[in-house]
Amino acid sequence: MYPFDYQRAASVADAAALLSRNPDAKLLAGGQTLVGAMKLRLAAPPQLVDLGAIADLRGIKADGGTLSIGAMTSHAEVAGSKDVKQRIPALASLASTIGDRMVRNMGTIGGSIANSDPAADYPAGVLGLGATVNTNKRKLAADQFFKGMYETALEPGEIIVSVSFPVPKRAGYAKFKNPASRYAIVGVFVCEGQGGVRVAVTGAGPSAFRVPEMEKALASKFSPDAVAGIKISSSGLNSDIHASSEYRAHLVTVMAKRAVQAALAAG
Amino acid sequence: MGDMNLIGSAVKRREDYRFLTGAGTYTDDVQIDRQSYAYFVRSPHAHATIKRIGKDKALKAPGVLAVFTGEDLAAGKVAGLPCGWLITGVDGQPMKEPAHPPLAQGKVRHVGDQVAVVIAETYLQAKDAAELLEVDYDVLPAVVDVADARKKGGPAVHDIAPDNTCYVWALGDKSAVDKAFASAHHVTRLDFVNNRLVPNAVEPRAALASYNRADDSYTLYVASQNPHVERLLMTAFVLGLPEHKVRVIAPDVGGGFGSKIYLYAEDVVVTWASKQINRPVKWTAERSESFLSDAHGRDHLTHAELALDKDGKFLAMRVQTTASMGAYLSTFASCIPTILYATLLAGQYTTPLIYCEVTAVFTNTTPVDAYRGAGRPEATYVVERLVETAAREMKLDPAEIRRRNFIRQFPYQTPVALLYDTGNYEATLSAAMDLADVAGFAGRRRQAAERGKLRGLGYAAYIEACGIAPSNVAGSLGARAGLFEAGEVRVHPTGKVTVFTGSHSHGQGHETTFAQVVASRLGIPIDDVDIVHGDTGRVLFGMGTYGSRSLAVGGTAILKAVDKVIAKGKKIAAHLMEAAETDVEFADGVFKVAGTDKQVPFAQVALTAYVPHNYPLDKLEPGLNENAFYDPTNFTFPAGTYVCEVEVDPDTGSVEIASFTAVDDFGKIINPMIVAGQVHGGLTQGIGQALLENCRYDKASGQLLTGSLLDYCMPRADNVPSFKLDTKETPCTHNPLGVKGCGEAGAIGAPAAVMNAITDALGVRDLEMPATPERVWRALEQAKMQKAA
Repeated sequence: MYPFDYQRAASVADAAALLSRNPDAKLLAGGQTLVGAMKLRLAAPPQLVDLGAIADLRGIKADGGTLSIGAMTSHAEVAGSKDVKQRIPALASLASTIGDRMVRNMGTIGGSIANSDPAADYPAGVLGLGATVNTNKRKLAADQFFKGMYETALEPGEIIVSVSFPVPKRAGYAKFKNPASRYAIVGVFVCEGQGGVRVAVTGAGPSAFRVPEMEKALASKFSPDAVAGIKISSSGLNSDIHASSEYRAHLVTVMAKRAVQAALAAG
Repeated sequence: MGDMNLIGSAVKRREDYRFLTGAGTYTDDVQIDRQSYAYFVRSPHAHATIKRIGKDKALKAPGVLAVFTGEDLAAGKVAGLPCGWLITGVDGQPMKEPAHPPLAQGKVRHVGDQVAVVIAETYLQAKDAAELLEVDYDVLPAVVDVADARKKGGPAVHDIAPDNTCYVWALGDKSAVDKAFASAHHVTRLDFVNNRLVPNAVEPRAALASYNRADDSYTLYVASQNPHVERLLMTAFVLGLPEHKVRVIAPDVGGGFGSKIYLYAEDVVVTWASKQINRPVKWTAERSESFLSDAHGRDHLTHAELALDKDGKFLAMRVQTTASMGAYLSTFASCIPTILYATLLAGQYTTPLIYCEVTAVFTNTTPVDAYRGAGRPEATYVVERLVETAAREMKLDPAEIRRRNFIRQFPYQTPVALLYDTGNYEATLSAAMDLADVAGFAGRRRQAAERGKLRGLGYAAYIEACGIAPSNVAGSLGARAGLFEAGEVRVHPTGKVTVFTGSHSHGQGHETTFAQVVASRLGIPIDDVDIVHGDTGRVLFGMGTYGSRSLAVGGTAILKAVDKVIAKGKKIAAHLMEAAETDVEFADGVFKVAGTDKQVPFAQVALTAYVPHNYPLDKLEPGLNENAFYDPTNFTFPAGTYVCEVEVDPDTGSVEIASFTAVDDFGKIINPMIVAGQVHGGLTQGIGQALLENCRYDKASGQLLTGSLLDYCMPRADNVPSFKLDTKETPCTHNPLGVKGCGEAGAIGAPAAVMNAITDALGVRDLEMPATPERVWRALEQAKMQKAA
């Protein structure tokens, strides 16, 4: 790790001001990706702006048909939250499978989606549930948020404040883990909600994406059989030493089936 | 307090208290006044010539004390790292032994090759300054795959081996084997990849060297499995120092698995540098460095054939293996795919004719050397995959085909040079089949099918050869070292005992097992015995710990010293009891005159030896302190049967180990709990090789693709089941403890058992390790397509 300047922001506005003064500064949320990269000297930001002391960014609020999760809420808090378990059990379950216990205690939802790691779990949940990403500047629909590998719609100086999830009728998540890193080789989040059926995939492509043909099939019949025969194209999917694009394409179908099973089992 | 029950007793590991409470002392824990820190600059290229190294900027960086390169070492007359085993090829020529400079001279040959060392006041200063070192490379094409190493016109790793061939070596009567194949009823043929593994001990390698101007001596703390061998190789071959002026201490060591046997460049460089700058120099590897610089394991490509008669009797075996040495010959690299591999190809069977040809090749990769099992897992994999496949092809039960071919008469001379002293392969097979409930497998397979899973069962009946011996035979086969062990038993005036052993414990529990042996023989409480190891300044000599040799060889050396103590004690006791020495018996910690009630306890004899007032000074030296060296007359031959059951998820290709049964014959067992722990660890590593671990290099660039634990998959607790273990006992006939060794068995037998089970589940013949979900899925897809066609 190279030396860097450390600032603890007192508020979102404070953090934004620090960022505007130092455009190369990086926001520090749970640090589960950034600090690791810095230790390996793969990232060398001159300044870190720590969001950890901003109370407004932490916590889970249930409000009618919406569940709002503060950007600095840890995976463990989401996994253990009564509100999340009651309203969107699939999201609590997703959070409970991220990384290991240490990662879940430190890592945050805001940090995860801002990083848009192609193999992270949360992008599938956020996109699958049709959530809204609330920043200090605007509200971004999930469909507009994930732009590519490690790429989001966030602009310089823009800070995620919270993520609002509409409570669905039912939802399920299934992932096939990389045996080494335990990240998702493929993770599929399936949701039946007011806006219809959504199917979101992580791990398989450069960033989370939806599968319209599966959504259509599930809208007419919400059952595992409905997606069992739908094969997605491997073109453009990730291919690496752990899984080829063909295998990932195959796993999307298998995990979609299992996600639907999980959604049905949860009610 | 005589405690004969100590043998065979599950005494809790005495070392665990310090390990579990953080009181262990590992090399990196050692702090010496004025110590400085080394950072090694490593090659980012797999193959390149070094055009220029510019030190100036690095030397001016804050805290920097020195920067050394290969040129500096050459000027300091530092020689290359030696190889400890000379293999002579089929052409009668010695193997190609290219120079292995501790810091590169003119050329780098693998990613991670050491180019320079930067030494500074702090580790971070050294690391920062290392980025300022200017190294200009001319990048050359690289070769990383075993299969590509000998391709015509490809890159040559070393000028002295233009075809990248270190040696072509063979064992057995080729023409007799060819003849047997020509007339065989059935031939089973398989091609194998024995996947390259990265050892990954929990404690990374580390070295801390200091130089003492007062007496021109050095002390090196190092994470090593054999400090005496490290000292011998370093002083006599590399640094040209007087051996007695170098003390090597291997304190607590957090796992070795073979990777800490070798003399490494970093150890040599920090030792040499400590004198140049007259400061202690410490280096501790980062995990990424461990991946690049710890010697890797396996990496074989093999074509193997088994000839059978109509009844399934094995007639002959023919094996062709190409084995990677990596970019340089590591300390024992050359003997692993030869002496420790081809000699094991008889397995547990009476196969009368075996021919094995091994081609060792250089590639632009990290050196390859012994890793838990070392040659024997590769041999067992060949034999047991062939045997199981032959059974399937000939529609014979896989247990039955083994039974028809088991060796049942001992001693047994194999056609591949080994003389098995004892064994009972039927006993371990039968016990394993009972424990695994093989009879109930068909039912379990049906139930699995109802759940949509494919269940399979596979066997491996392995044999291994431990405690390489005797020294003169090993010498005739090319060993450049002795293979004995040394021990010293120092009885203190109070009757307490300190034992000094040349074996080294880095997780094996010697401090407990060896104390059990000594306390039981002397009839004293185990708490009266301490075991000291890992320090050339305290232990008289040692060859260290590898090849499951510690108890069979090191334990025997200790026992011999104990028996010398008892013999001398008898003389002292005879004097005290005014009896003839021949009438004195020793048992349960007491010297007695046979047939009388006269007796003196061990502690009184000890006190008398050191306070010799009433003592036969005219006939006997005072003191009670004995040394012994033990050179075994033969290897030991642990063997056993493993039965693995897997369940495959056909949708994803995931494999779950549903159950794993291991019945081993380790001869006499001193501590069954420690043995079970060793088996658990070995099995987990073997299952890791079969399912998870795979070291991969990029073919074009030679970059290590699996350079971290994110990409290299080590087995974890949830990858393995709760093991079903049992042991059978045929005591080794040629050491007094009757022990054979247990440290590697699991890693030797498990891969074949797992792969036999998976191929059974899938109904396929070939499947490469590791059986990753994608490979299994593809095998199923291919089988489906073949069925459809």
